[in-house]
Amino acid sequence: MVLNQFLLLSLFLFCTGVYGALVRRNGVLVLMSIELMLNAANLNLVAFSAFYKTEISGQVFALFVIAIAAAEVGVGLAIVLLLYRNLSSADLDRADSMKG
Amino acid sequence: MAHWAFLIPLVPAATYFVILLFGKRFGERCSYIGIGALGASWVMAAINAYQWIDRREIVRESVEWAQWGSGSIRVGTHVDGLATMMLVVVTSVSLLVHIYSLEYLRGDRRYTHYYAALSLFSASMLMLVIADNTLALLTSWELVGLCSFMLISHWWEDKDNSNAGLKAFITNRVGDVGLIVGIIILYFVAGKTFDIDTINSAALSGTIRHGTLLIAACCLLAAVCSKSGQVPLHIWLPDAMAGPTPVSALIHAATMVVAGVYMVARLYGVFFAGFSIGDGGMNLLALVGGVTMVIGASMAFVQNDIKRVLAYSTISQLGYMVAALGVGAWTGGVFHLFTHAFFKACLFLGAGSLSHACHHTFDMREMGGLRKKMPTTFLTFTIGTLALAGVPPLAGFWSKDEILNGARANDFPIIMVLGFVAAIMTAAYMGRALYLIFFGEYRGHAHPHESPKVMMVPVTILAGLAVVVGLLNAPFADYRFGQWVKFEVEVENLYGAEGAVAEGEAAAAAEGEHAAEGAAAAAEGEHAAEGEAGAEGEAAAEAEGEHAAEGEHVIVHSIAEIKELAPGETVLFEPEEHKFNIGVAGSSVAIGLVGLLIATWIYLLRKAPKNLLLVNPFRALHTLLVQKYYLDKLAVDGIAKGTAGPVADGSYWVNQKIIDGAVNGVGVTTKKYLAPFAYEQLDQFVVDGLYNGLGETTKGLGGAFRKLQNGRIQRYGLWLFFAVAILALVVALLA
Repeated sequence: MVLNQFLLLSLFLFCTGVYGALVRRNGVLVLMSIELMLNAANLNLVAFSAFYKTEISGQVFALFVIAIAAAEVGVGLAIVLLLYRNLSSADLDRADSMKG
Repeated sequence: MAHWAFLIPLVPAATYFVILLFGKRFGERCSYIGIGALGASWVMAAINAYQWIDRREIVRESVEWAQWGSGSIRVGTHVDGLATMMLVVVTSVSLLVHIYSLEYLRGDRRYTHYYAALSLFSASMLMLVIADNTLALLTSWELVGLCSFMLISHWWEDKDNSNAGLKAFITNRVGDVGLIVGIIILYFVAGKTFDIDTINSAALSGTIRHGTLLIAACCLLAAVCSKSGQVPLHIWLPDAMAGPTPVSALIHAATMVVAGVYMVARLYGVFFAGFSIGDGGMNLLALVGGVTMVIGASMAFVQNDIKRVLAYSTISQLGYMVAALGVGAWTGGVFHLFTHAFFKACLFLGAGSLSHACHHTFDMREMGGLRKKMPTTFLTFTIGTLALAGVPPLAGFWSKDEILNGARANDFPIIMVLGFVAAIMTAAYMGRALYLIFFGEYRGHAHPHESPKVMMVPVTILAGLAVVVGLLNAPFADYRFGQWVKFEVEVENLYGAEGAVAEGEAAAAAEGEHAAEGAAAAAEGEHAAEGEAGAEGEAAAEAEGEHAAEGEHVIVHSIAEIKELAPGETVLFEPEEHKFNIGVAGSSVAIGLVGLLIATWIYLLRKAPKNLLLVNPFRALHTLLVQKYYLDKLAVDGIAKGTAGPVADGSYWVNQKIIDGAVNGVGVTTKKYLAPFAYEQLDQFVVDGLYNGLGETTKGLGGAFRKLQNGRIQRYGLWLFFAVAILALVVALLA
């Protein structure tokens, strides 16, 4: 088994996630990009775990990450929903009332 | 009971969460939960005290709290006489305050919140008194501070009240830094331990260099000053009167302010050795206490607010306690803490009753002649006043006398004189308050009436206690209190052990490793001796458990006696208790009566010249006292406001006031030669340039950073990723 191909895929996913999280203006899409990053990390964990065959904890960690990501996206969507209610748009640039 | 002592603070602490979570559902009934919890704690404390009197054997329970490779921290309870006494005092006063608040706070808009905070306040103080290590002490110390902040600014809608809370909190922070530093120093010098007994025994046994111990004791003293209202950090205490009156009673009698005194009593080994208390003459601890008792008492004279009179009186009495500990009269100081708790709580709750009757005013100018209208309040307040003034056989007499006698016997003449001065002042200002409130004609506009029973019963109980508790340590009662509550710690003589280097040197390295590595540090070739002394220090700490089983050691009273022992011999250290002295007692009673007579002459008979305050030096003295010796002004205007402004403002101020002033001053005197140069070149160009430059730089930096705070979450994210990327690059390059 070759490790590289998984790592490259993970890298690609992560970069896509970072790009999306920084550039997209829509809150929902930003959340989705964050999920991409989390899954890139998951992929790494699983890949390493499979590569070193005696080690199972990577896969266990991946399960934890999935569960926590689900909770996180629940909170995130609630925030986006409130944003939408208050500003009648999910555009993150308009939520800048904390500027100094 | 002592094995289950942790339950005593746990019950009210649990109540805090119950009231906080279900407060809305229970409404006003939540007060009964608080009272029930404190009642349970009181019962447990009483059982514990009862058992203590029979047993008198220190009970320690602890569990592992944190653990790492080479060591661990244990946390637990330590129930000895001092803790037992404090448990009884705190639970009694707190329970009575809880009951009293039922009526006093009825219909308050944050009733549930009040009872929740009161529970936590009591719980933290109870935890403080049974803590067996300095970390737990620090934690509950901070909790007490937090709760006092919540309660002092209970009515925070009024800006004055929230400011008072802030002042208390921030002033206390100053001292807390001292406490933290002190604890850290002690941790390292006592052989990496937070355990209070071990620290005490290490401090007395000579394993710690005296200079180090002095620094640690000074740091702890800063904490005592802020918590127990000693000069110059007492400024928060009178302002803390902004809180509800029952809270003031609790803060001033049983919790909060006595925490500092308690800490000195608990870590007495450190203070005794650090300040060389046994040597007599004068030391910093006694000096702070002595100055505080006179300054506090003098300021009480000019207050018109009854609660403020009592607040300054508390400061003065805390001064007595600290001075007592400073002169080595450990039992006297702790006994005064004990008696003071009851009569001061009685006085405060009495003041609350007065305000309840007189339309929520505390101003004595709007009272007067209340003797007939409020007979119970009058009686209890008089008992409290006489107890405070030290009239026998009331509580204050016995404890105050013991302190003065201790100062005499331990050769602290200045403290004894200050004590007598403060005693005459105490009697006089309390007499003034008594006459202004209860005698003469009524001067207010309300219709005073006696307060309801639920308020007067706690006050009456406290007044009754104020009469009897003093007898506990009277000569004809066999000095029972002194037998029940005493400071004792096992000490091993390690002064000049083995190589007999200078006593401190041998001790500097209490940690074994340090001594092993010592070769580098101790270039004088003394490290061999150091190593052995250090090793012995550790062995001593370990062996303590065994020694305790053997019991019966010789009792010593001073460090000199410890030094005379054979090296390595273990003894029991106890500060000496001085028995009743008829001379001191007689003079203190006489002086108290003189104070009361002066007050009678001025305020009851009105014989003093009317315009006394208009002539110097009385007028100057009066102004000085009204201005509180300008200490508040210094702290608030000088220190707080000075640091609150931004750097640019500060620079501007320095430029305008100091530099300009100085330069202009020089310019005026040497006008002909230097003025043009000084003004145009030096001042305008160099100095202004420097300070304007500094200001502009600050402003510019602020402006630059301000742009970063654009409120756009994704821009923040970009910076974050950028920083992480750089970090990753650095790690990759280094690895």
